[in-house]
Amino acid sequence: MHAIGKDDLEPLAVGAWILGTGGGGSPYLSWLNMRRLYAEGASVSLMSPDELADDDLVAVVSNMGAPLIGQERLSSPDFALKPVRMMEAYLGRRFRAVMALEIGGGNAFQPLMVAAMSGLPVVDADSMGRAYPEAQMTSFAIAGLQMFPCAVSDIRDNDALVTRAASWPWVERITRSICVQMGSIAATCKAPRTGREVKQFGIHHTTTRAIALGRAVRDARARHDDPVAAALDTAGGKMLFRGRITDVERETSGGFLKGRVRLAGLDADRGSRLDVAFRNEYSAAWRDGAVLASTPDLICLLDSVSGDAIGTESLRYGQRISVLALPCAPIMRTPRGIENVGPRAFGHDFDHVSLFSDESAKGTVQ
Amino acid sequence: MSRIGIDVGGTNTDAVLIGSGGVRAAVKTGTTPDIAGGIQTALARLLEQPGATTDDAIDAVMIGTTHFVNAVVQRRELCPVGALRIGLPASASLPPFSDWPDDLVPLVRGQVHMVEGGHEYDGRRIVALDRDAIRRAARDMASAGLRHIAVSAVFSPLVADDELEAERILAEEIPDVSVTLSHRLGRIGLLERENVALLNATLQPLARRTIDAFIAALRASGIAAPLFLTRNDGTVAHAAGVYAVPVYCFASGPTNSMRGAAFLSGMADAMVVDVGGTTSDFGTLRAGFPREANAAVEIGGVRTLFRMPELLSIGLGGGSIVSDDGTAIGPQSLGFRLLQEGRIFGGTTLSATDVAVAAGRVSLGDATRVADLSPGLLHRAQARMAAMLAEAIDRTKSEAGDVTLVAVGGGAFLVPDRIDGVHQIVRVPHHAVANAVGAAIAQISGEVDRIFTGVTRDTAIDTALTMARDQAVADGAAPATLETVEIEDIPLTYIPGDARRVRVRVVGDISHPPAAT
Repeated sequence: MHAIGKDDLEPLAVGAWILGTGGGGSPYLSWLNMRRLYAEGASVSLMSPDELADDDLVAVVSNMGAPLIGQERLSSPDFALKPVRMMEAYLGRRFRAVMALEIGGGNAFQPLMVAAMSGLPVVDADSMGRAYPEAQMTSFAIAGLQMFPCAVSDIRDNDALVTRAASWPWVERITRSICVQMGSIAATCKAPRTGREVKQFGIHHTTTRAIALGRAVRDARARHDDPVAAALDTAGGKMLFRGRITDVERETSGGFLKGRVRLAGLDADRGSRLDVAFRNEYSAAWRDGAVLASTPDLICLLDSVSGDAIGTESLRYGQRISVLALPCAPIMRTPRGIENVGPRAFGHDFDHVSLFSDESAKGTVQ
Repeated sequence: MSRIGIDVGGTNTDAVLIGSGGVRAAVKTGTTPDIAGGIQTALARLLEQPGATTDDAIDAVMIGTTHFVNAVVQRRELCPVGALRIGLPASASLPPFSDWPDDLVPLVRGQVHMVEGGHEYDGRRIVALDRDAIRRAARDMASAGLRHIAVSAVFSPLVADDELEAERILAEEIPDVSVTLSHRLGRIGLLERENVALLNATLQPLARRTIDAFIAALRASGIAAPLFLTRNDGTVAHAAGVYAVPVYCFASGPTNSMRGAAFLSGMADAMVVDVGGTTSDFGTLRAGFPREANAAVEIGGVRTLFRMPELLSIGLGGGSIVSDDGTAIGPQSLGFRLLQEGRIFGGTTLSATDVAVAAGRVSLGDATRVADLSPGLLHRAQARMAAMLAEAIDRTKSEAGDVTLVAVGGGAFLVPDRIDGVHQIVRVPHHAVANAVGAAIAQISGEVDRIFTGVTRDTAIDTALTMARDQAVADGAAPATLETVEIEDIPLTYIPGDARRVRVRVVGDISHPPAAT
């Protein structure tokens, strides 16, 4: 157990944004909130998963919805805490700690905001190792754990609780409908996890990893080294494409931000074209029409100069982008993992071929 | 046809006369506190030049100025504004000014009000608009003497109703109010859009004084041609239209320098360095345009989503102070005091310009006053400058390999003939007034921002582009030079029939005298 320092917040924002693979919402606003809370004296503790007792109860929290919405509706610590309190009231038990559903994007900060408001420690783990758009795309779902109850809150005086659900996709369907009614953005507290489940099926040390990744990018920038190269080195990734955005097509529907972005190649990729599809997150990439990469490998779009991630809501005509692939957590590559998060789970009609060997994956799932 | 381009900087006011044969005359003079005096001096001297005896009437005057952005950066001449945000209960924890630098907030933050209202992405209301709260806020701001108000509502780029309603209420309650509505200036991204609206509001009084001074100076100089101001993206806007939206014109200096460098050198793809009195700004030309920054751009520490050239500034200019042993240069600068305090001008402070004169790179002032500088010091100081330039060039490069560098600005003589990573250094006539040249050749833009229904996305975008091109051509752009600089569309899911808001912008070179409107 150690404190997350004030100087860890910005690297966490930079690193989590890269791991967000375009989704999870920009951490910038959550980071502003945390910066303010720290300035007012808050401090958040980070605990290793192995510090959890088997029967501890852990809250799994997220901000759910289309990333574009967060840019207008901003984020707020009170709103993050609301479903956690509802869940405790329903269970009649207090949580021992709080953890992120996904380390990617603004959701890396969701447990920090809950922690700052409640005094609970944050577990150094998540259930995706990145960001994904749907409930059945977590390591807990792939492991077949129980998917209810699940709490959903909005900024008005609306709280909803799904007490039972037939399956993980049903949890997704029901909560997503509620989320759409709430304005395509909602704070959630997912099915509570025991300490044993987190230790066995969580993806560990991802907060620490996000901070290290963000720090590498930021330090490279300060040294005037190539921050994109620093991100590749730190995360063990591959460079896929460098180019300039020539078209962005997106729409918000069913609580998701869906669309496609097209890049024209620059430098070594001049003359080639890259298309990237997204549903909140980047899900697949085609080079000149041929499949180049897909989930569960991480497809990250970075600003070629600054190394900052570019989210699906921030794509803009003319931006110069470096497209990277990073390895996913091993559990995502199991047959059940591919079923839940592979290309077909995102509506693409091809089989996943990983760009990485198993040894390059850095997730640990005992 | 001929045009006058003027660049009003913090230190110098430069003016050029451009006709069919290129630059006919150019002058550089000091900026005066009242602005108008400097412009009048520049115009008088410009029109005395032999090249200025032209049979052509002057068609237009284009002024570019860093005045507005300098006001933000230097924290001066800003007026207190009222911030009205419509969106509660959303967005409450990060009120207006949340991410502003601490030293800027007290100068701009008059009052902050947050009220219930705003819309969802799908066009529904978040909650009912609290008109009474807006009225109370308006009365509060009126009694505090606030006259410049920035209004932002959640999702106003999709549904502007609440901002427009607020404007009506503010106009009823606050005499002579000037309201900036965020949806007219920005895109999705509440905080950044609101920041732009706040910056716009705080700059309005300065903009009025400045533009009025520009117009007075032109009239006093006997020039009847219409006045245009250059915008952040290298295009022009009619002066009358800038009173309300100074933020569109508040950082055109670097864009003008780079466009001027492209024009004077005839190069479309090159790196440009503009060496001024205090800083050197590096940028990259691609197809004759400054390469734009990708993401959020900070203006004086305030985050915006402006389209701005990607620039790198280092503290090396003609007025940079050199240490006694020559190993350290800048970032402290004598600025405009160079002409009194620099060694060659009779002062006692060693500057980068003194070193260049002693090394025989340029003839300025009294060279005998730097004859005592040792060869060792000169060598060290020049090596340090070359190293600073080389490092900045390396940071600005987007691809490996040596680049072509176009050196402009009053301090371009500081750029040595050989720099690591540069295969060719291009020096151009009139380099010291490249920014005024850039203003004179500023482009015409065509912009369309409207909602299309019942057509496919491709048709909507193509139609918008055609409309924007037609508008640019009607305003005087040459059709063959038109380039698309912006395409953005947002599907409006709350309007039946495949509705989308499409925003496009095209720019092109001036082909004939623009009509004054």
